Amino acid sequence: MTGTALTDRHRAALAQIRRKRAMSLAVPALVMAYLVYVFFAFDVAGLAQRARMDNARALVADSYSHKVHVTRDARSGALDVAIEGETKGRYPSGARPAWVAADDDGKVTIDLEQGHVVRFLPEGRVDYDVPGFGTIEIRRDGRDIATNLGPNPPAWVSASDSRVAITTEAGRLTVTRSKDEVFRYFFGWELFWFTLDSPYHGKSFWQIAFGPQIDPVRRNLDGAWADFWGNAMWRHADVAWAIGETVLMAFLGTFGAAVIALPVAFLAARNFAPFALLRFAIRRVCDFIRGVDGLVWTIILSRAFGPGPLTGALAILVTDVGGFGKTFSEALENVDNKQIEGVRSTGAGAVQRYRFGVIPQVTPVLLSQVLYLFEANTRSATIIGAITGGGIGLFLTQAIQTQKDWEEVTYYIVLVVIMVMLMDWLSGMVRRRLITGGKG
Amino acid sequence: MADIAASPGPAALDRVRRDYLAHARQRRLYSGLLLALFVALMIVGFQIAEGRNAGGFRSGLPQILDFPANVVSEAWRDRAQLPGHMLRVLPALVETVNIAAVSTLIGALAGLILSLFATRGLAPAPWLIPVVRRLSDFLRAVPEIVVALVLIYILGGGPVPAMIAIALHTAGAMTKLFSEVAENADLKPVEGLQSVGARWSQRMMLGVLPQVAPNYLSYAVLRFEINVRASAILGFVGAGGIGYELRNAMTFGIGRFDEAAAIFVLLFLTIVVFDQGSSWLRNRLVAGGHP
Repeated sequence: MTGTALTDRHRAALAQIRRKRAMSLAVPALVMAYLVYVFFAFDVAGLAQRARMDNARALVADSYSHKVHVTRDARSGALDVAIEGETKGRYPSGARPAWVAADDDGKVTIDLEQGHVVRFLPEGRVDYDVPGFGTIEIRRDGRDIATNLGPNPPAWVSASDSRVAITTEAGRLTVTRSKDEVFRYFFGWELFWFTLDSPYHGKSFWQIAFGPQIDPVRRNLDGAWADFWGNAMWRHADVAWAIGETVLMAFLGTFGAAVIALPVAFLAARNFAPFALLRFAIRRVCDFIRGVDGLVWTIILSRAFGPGPLTGALAILVTDVGGFGKTFSEALENVDNKQIEGVRSTGAGAVQRYRFGVIPQVTPVLLSQVLYLFEANTRSATIIGAITGGGIGLFLTQAIQTQKDWEEVTYYIVLVVIMVMLMDWLSGMVRRRLITGGKG
Repeated sequence: MADIAASPGPAALDRVRRDYLAHARQRRLYSGLLLALFVALMIVGFQIAEGRNAGGFRSGLPQILDFPANVVSEAWRDRAQLPGHMLRVLPALVETVNIAAVSTLIGALAGLILSLFATRGLAPAPWLIPVVRRLSDFLRAVPEIVVALVLIYILGGGPVPAMIAIALHTAGAMTKLFSEVAENADLKPVEGLQSVGARWSQRMMLGVLPQVAPNYLSYAVLRFEINVRASAILGFVGAGGIGYELRNAMTFGIGRFDEAAAIFVLLFLTIVVFDQGSSWLRNRLVAGGHP
């Protein structure tokens, strides 16, 4: 090797190192510049002001706890105890919880525990004993609401002429012109097993399973199951149907698409296509279907078929025919010709060549793709369900849009995550068996 | 074959043939039963789905082209306005692509780091592997729409909830795919670096990343294409971008579909461009081109 050649090499090597060094600086710099641009384009700075942290707190608190409203109407004096303030969760007047005690002369004592006690008194007066602070007295003066706190109440009290709200760690008291209301918070999801009208409410599992008969007309387990399944608050039966619908959409869509795409793929694969022109046309149709995208197919189909699981299934089906048409034909183009020639050498016709030469080769590959997409489609079916109005996606969006039943949202999310993880596990297991034990 | 030919006497041959035929028949029976079960499931499932749908399959089928025909005819009637509509929704399209790009970027970076923690032989502590893997399973299992809708409630509408939702999902998916790639990485460079006293971060940066970079990039590009679609869909449920414009255009109803048509065309072109571009780029990356 001459000296000049070596110098050239040396220079080239140095240039390469310099280029790499420049790249390793330029790429992060570009990424940073892009992120800065997006930071302003998305107005991330303004987000901090628009963010509703009180919403976040309510959401988190609601997802693992529930509250019981104790409400006194200011005009009629009627007392109402209801879980989450809902009609479905109202306590019958004879069966109020023990921490709400009403005596005959119109006094109601609400024990919030830890020493916190709220008393609804006659003539629209309310007392609140706050331990370590004293008693807050609230009374109505005509249309105004007055307290004994003076002009500078502590930060956890918000007081005006029309409304007084006291928030402590034990609960919350709100006095307005129309009503007095106390919230007491409890851990857990309310009435998840049985609603208040069920005789099994408040009974333990052992009492129901092995104890004496609770409802005179029904056997314990039958009655408990019927009341649980028909729970009006949580609608377990409907939710189970919705999950089933979502899986059904994914199943019909994915496997229906696979059944349609298989013959199409033969026409679109280079080594099987009978006519080049047809092959080209089918390829473009598949590209078109994928390009239109699942969202637009969902809109078009829901216009024709109305809301429901069939529409969702068809939307998944149409979208996936495009995807499978492409991936299947690519798999078919990669088949080994030796096996087909071997079958041909025995004098097999075209159908037999496909059946014994091609199908055994591609089945594991294609099925593995189908199963992979089946799992992904259970997730898509949740989103498509939210758009077309079917399955658990609909339940989720409805619960989120009411903006108060976050415990139900949490419940649905848990169910969806379990559903998708099960599908993931199932499809992974079948795929592994196909790949490792597919020969048997 | 030689064994069978050399086996003593025709009786043994008969037995082999009989066994083989019995085995083949049994297999055919099993595949037949499986196929029948599959067909039955498809039919029953279809009937259930149709029963719970608002409109039936047969009554809806003739109407399937009504809406596209409406859109096309109105778009043709107002064809002069289409470029104007397209120009107007272009910022929304840019937003959709930006959501996809940022979430892919953030998700892939998070996935890159998490995947090293989730790979045997690379993780700094073995107990991290199952923890990070379950985390990735969880991130993948939560549908983007759930995160997006909850975040819209807290942060208000706009691109950021969609971005976070897609980024979380991308991080989960990338962790899984990346760690599958990293599992096949050659550990010799890592050991070499360790022998000269390199820290864990140095071993990963210099020993592992150069090996896996083409595959990682290829997966990230594929994910970007998927995320463009996801970002359009999330827009439709209220997270901004072109999906949001599309939903608004849809509510205008018959007579005003020209704007929807403009969005359809724009969305179609975008997806085709990213679809083709991503497969070109991936082919280059994996086929040994220069990353």
